[in-house]
Amino acid sequence: MSEKSVTTETPTAADGTIEGIGLRTIGLYATLLGLIAFYLIPIESGLVTSIKTSEALRETWPFLPPGLSGITFEKWQVAYEFLAPGMVNSLLFTIPSTILCAIFGSMAAYGLTLVKWRGQIAVLALFIAGIFVPYQAVIVPLYEFWAQWAQLDTRLAFLWGLPLLDEHHATILELIITHTAYGIPIITLLFRSQYKTMSEEMIEAARLDGASVWRVYRRIVLPLSVPMFAVVFIFQFTQIWNEFLFSLTIIGSVNNPAASATLILSGLGEALEGTDYPLRMAGAFITAFPTLLVYVLFADKFAEGVRV
Amino acid sequence: MKDVLELLRSVRRGRGTGRGRPEGSSDERPVRTDGGAVDERSTLRRWIDSDLVQSAPFWLPPFLLMGFFVYAAIGWNFLLSLTDHSGFSDPDYTNLGFHNYWAMLDDPEMWSATRNTFVLLVGFTVACLVVGLVLALLLDREIRFGRSFRTIYLLPFALSFIVTAQFWRWMYNFDNGIINQFIGLFGLGPYSWLGSPRLVLGSVIFALVWQFSGYTMIIYLAALRAIPNDQYEAARVDGASALRMYWRVIIPQLRPAMVSASVVLMLFALKAFDFLYAISGGYRPRRGADILATKMVRESFSRSEWAYGSSIAILLFVLSLAVIAPYLYNQYKRGNL
Repeated sequence: MSEKSVTTETPTAADGTIEGIGLRTIGLYATLLGLIAFYLIPIESGLVTSIKTSEALRETWPFLPPGLSGITFEKWQVAYEFLAPGMVNSLLFTIPSTILCAIFGSMAAYGLTLVKWRGQIAVLALFIAGIFVPYQAVIVPLYEFWAQWAQLDTRLAFLWGLPLLDEHHATILELIITHTAYGIPIITLLFRSQYKTMSEEMIEAARLDGASVWRVYRRIVLPLSVPMFAVVFIFQFTQIWNEFLFSLTIIGSVNNPAASATLILSGLGEALEGTDYPLRMAGAFITAFPTLLVYVLFADKFAEGVRV
Repeated sequence: MKDVLELLRSVRRGRGTGRGRPEGSSDERPVRTDGGAVDERSTLRRWIDSDLVQSAPFWLPPFLLMGFFVYAAIGWNFLLSLTDHSGFSDPDYTNLGFHNYWAMLDDPEMWSATRNTFVLLVGFTVACLVVGLVLALLLDREIRFGRSFRTIYLLPFALSFIVTAQFWRWMYNFDNGIINQFIGLFGLGPYSWLGSPRLVLGSVIFALVWQFSGYTMIIYLAALRAIPNDQYEAARVDGASALRMYWRVIIPQLRPAMVSASVVLMLFALKAFDFLYAISGGYRPRRGADILATKMVRESFSRSEWAYGSSIAILLFVLSLAVIAPYLYNQYKRGNL
């Protein structure tokens, strides 16, 4: 969005008539608005569907709002009752793993980028390749590891008597650890992309001046990475909240008290008589609410995280 | 921030001789412990002071955590794929063989799943690249509300597969879906978008392009902004037409962005399991929309054929490796890593 952008206009536009430019502009905006319709209609039609009575659902077009008599918030209430425990569970594993990912990612990026040692490129390659490992390639071992080997629910049995702690928190803990482990590679890359742009002379000079590796991190690198921490929090919160396969693998069943919001949503409103679409739509919005909120508030920072 | 300034100031006072040991330090100021012309420290001490060991507390814990859950898990998965492990028998690690891989060849489901995976991979990636490019070229100029347009086009990317699948199931609904009602205006349809094996992959790709084209747009926009101004100027002075400008000046410069975006998109396509699971309502995918990812999860978690599922997982891993290894190698060669 700099001056250069203007120059992408055709040279002919400059010597065209005023009407010519006007037409081009109108065409551009018409296209952009048409695209907005394309990107918003599925979401908008979900929203209006979720508040329709079954009668209004039959009678109105799917993307048109119902008449006043056709509005009901019953589905939102039902969906909320189903999803509320899942929302709590999702928050319980999303927030800690996001924080852990950010801390570990920043540390790893520092140790692999700003401190130089022989052979670090090999370790770095393992980190970066880890981003691209498909979750399918590990879910069977993961399932066996948590269910057969770790068995946190029995090993930590002494904890479940404490207030606020429950047996299903073992599953939450498993999800925290798993999400942290899988978030580390991408977060390391995000931090690395910033650390690479940091002035090397400054860090070299600080080192020569006798600052330890830890001191340079705490006094120079950490204060400068605060904006990156914000990007990482926003990006990774969304990623972990939206994740489904690990929930399916580690939690397993919708009836598990540790079930995440995405897992509950995947089976919501499914019955032998057919699918309850208004209920599903309401559920989709409730599930998406935290990420939508984060997105609307911090769209630019989110986009920054996507870009790397 | 104050600390940084202080450090910088002390740095300026010192002698920045560059990296390495300062030549015979004559002043009394404390120098780095490994400095000094005569290193009197023991080998152990020097090793402890080395940057490798000093930085290990930073990268080693994350490395071990990730290494265990990612790389050790893949190794274990490979071992499992050589066994007969199923819901009815524990893995027998003494009797290993490649029988699961041979079994894939005789499995008709595998052939259709592989075919569908490639159709999805190519169709989705190409469509996203094209749509994202159009979006980026439209928005790469000074326009009013440019930021809002960008935000809206990227919005679906912030939603999960499970959420977007709900929306698209409703869009594609046979009786009440918007798409059938819309084409009905022109006397077309109705079509069973998700029920017909011939249409379902296209429908899935269309929905996924809706979700991911904003991502491609963001990648392109960043690349467009990096093109230096004088290149446009030069082309303009040469009297290049708008079309030539795009074709000869702009698009060639977007190639690196195109490559890295397509790598990420292909990996999304390889694991589009979440979307297909949610749009089909369970482990059994729509007829004509079974991909390797859905097949793998179904074998493991629905049919309890753990070893067979693991072998498909290894196939998926190898496919991803085939996509990323050349890319990463290339990035390494260019010094981008």
